[in-house]
Amino acid sequence: MTDTLQLSADVLIIGGGPAGTWAAIKAARAGADVILADKGYCGTSGPTASGGTGVWYVPPREDAREAAMNSRDKMGGYLADRDWMRRVLNQTWDNMNELADEGKYPFPVGPDGQQLRRGLQGPEYMRIQRRRVKKAGVRILDHSPVLELLTDTSGAVAGASGYRRQERVDYTVRAGAVVMASGGCAFLSKALGTNVDTGDGALMAAEVGAELSGMEFSTAYAIAPEFSTVTKTAYYNFATFYREDGSVLEGAGSQGGRSVIARTLLSERVFCTLDAAKPEDQAAMRLGQVNFFLPFDRMGIDPFTDRFPITLLLEGTVRGTGGVHVVGENGETSVPGLYVAGDVATRELICGGFTGGGSHNSAWAMSSGAWAGRAAAIYAASVGQWGKGRSVRSAGEAALRPSGTPGRPDGFKDIVQVIRDQVHPYDKNYLRHEDRLTPALAALDDTWRELRSSLFASEGDAVNARSAAAMIAHARWMYTSALARTESRGMHKRQDYRELDPAQHHRLLVGGLDELWTAPSTWSRELASVAS
Amino acid sequence: MIEVVSADRCIECDKCIEVCPTNVFDRGDAGLPVIARQSDCQTCFMCEAYCPVDALFVAPTSGPLPADSPLHDEEHLVATGLLGSYRKGIGWGHGRTPGALVAIGPSLPPPRISGAPAGSSAPAKSAPLTA
Repeated sequence: MTDTLQLSADVLIIGGGPAGTWAAIKAARAGADVILADKGYCGTSGPTASGGTGVWYVPPREDAREAAMNSRDKMGGYLADRDWMRRVLNQTWDNMNELADEGKYPFPVGPDGQQLRRGLQGPEYMRIQRRRVKKAGVRILDHSPVLELLTDTSGAVAGASGYRRQERVDYTVRAGAVVMASGGCAFLSKALGTNVDTGDGALMAAEVGAELSGMEFSTAYAIAPEFSTVTKTAYYNFATFYREDGSVLEGAGSQGGRSVIARTLLSERVFCTLDAAKPEDQAAMRLGQVNFFLPFDRMGIDPFTDRFPITLLLEGTVRGTGGVHVVGENGETSVPGLYVAGDVATRELICGGFTGGGSHNSAWAMSSGAWAGRAAAIYAASVGQWGKGRSVRSAGEAALRPSGTPGRPDGFKDIVQVIRDQVHPYDKNYLRHEDRLTPALAALDDTWRELRSSLFASEGDAVNARSAAAMIAHARWMYTSALARTESRGMHKRQDYRELDPAQHHRLLVGGLDELWTAPSTWSRELASVAS
Repeated sequence: MIEVVSADRCIECDKCIEVCPTNVFDRGDAGLPVIARQSDCQTCFMCEAYCPVDALFVAPTSGPLPADSPLHDEEHLVATGLLGSYRKGIGWGHGRTPGALVAIGPSLPPPRISGAPAGSSAPAKSAPLTA
């Protein structure tokens, strides 16, 4: 191990998307020496950078805030928490104003001369965030996927190890505290910008003892042209959907009719035309989301008059709300020294069981990032210099330390195929029913057992193998939770339990690696109190 | 997927190698970036956005283009204005106005249900929306 790059810092941030960059900036400003490691490139990694997002930016007026909090209680299955929503609204307000004032983000100006701060263009936002991170003195490690966490003898998290894939060298960061901000899991569906999101952080957190919550809320699928990666489901509010023979697909819609699209796609192609967009809408759409038009312009399609085929791309827990269980106000997990922020954390606290897609997830990312960064800096200071020198062990198991004879280095490819077969299909993950979930989970369990025994690769393939293992773990938590919640609530719809069951008005924890368990969560100060 | 690296335009700044989030490029022996792992391309268009000389073209298809597609052909891409069109669209590059400054999207109508009478929108019991 002589060629391993050895580094140390007060705080290590894993992930350089919105949550990770906010965490890095706030940790550095709190006095910490910070390293940020990104699987790809901090500034382009993840779905925010390549897209655009609304932001839950609501003026600090009682009526406006109340309305904002009320608007999604029912959709979220009454699992959100008022205290958390208030805190996120406050922090998001501050962060967006900081982005305007310090970051000089070029917000558009409305007719009243005031900046409109309710949305962000991804490339611009993340380019500015990278600049701010560097200015704060943070050391950025690009193309440096983290493979596993390090723990000290007490079980506290004390750093991480990974692989610098452009330098082709292993590296280790000893740290007083770690903020996991590695994103959700979209299972390599190619939904815009999500292929770095393979659930690595959830696996690493589980390996050191963290639990997850809300993993049944993982049925997010976005509309995209059939041949494309560009997802912007909201724009399909302007669409009429058709069958291949040109007849209207009755009941199909971007919202409230997406399951009709999913069902139809199981046996035939689905087409659409954005024929309800008036000329002024069309012009505004071009300004609002430039990349939405790349697939059309480059393939010679006029989306407003032509009929084009569409598909649904899995967004899993990127736009679902499940993730690592949060036990404290700053993204603390049940493991000392480990904080979570952004999509790797559960977003049920503000979204309940409904998607956090768009404005809520972006607000959560910047708020939870800011809190976790600050808190990690304070924790690291309390640990002190000792934290960087304490003796540690490597916590990674699957794909790093197989229990049996190592298999082929490209064994991960078979596992990715299992994901395609058991997790992408609409009739398994989206249109959920015990008859299909149970065998799918059994197949995933078998794959897990096999990979624990033999999956192993080194260098670049180690990253692929580890990501494959993380996706299998993620899917098993999802389906285990989905089977345990025998009702329909939020985005989790069971075809065999179509109604909401008041007796299941609780969040659901899931955990374990080889043997999984679920349990109702009791931690909540102010679960949406409206009748369940 | 990434399809074109223009040898004429490329200034060998290695920016694409640096910014590609899925590490698709390697630096080739001749100094030009080469598409070393095309199957890892997630079609996110970020390399195009960051290329200072519009030397890159990402085809919008999530799989490889058919061999006879005109989108392989740099002359075609220049003639149609497609080369560099994303960077232009987001207003990156010297002398341009950042797209963010004018990014005011449409006011979205309530979701429509195909085949439902005009004016009716999604039922209250709705499927998940992901924006």
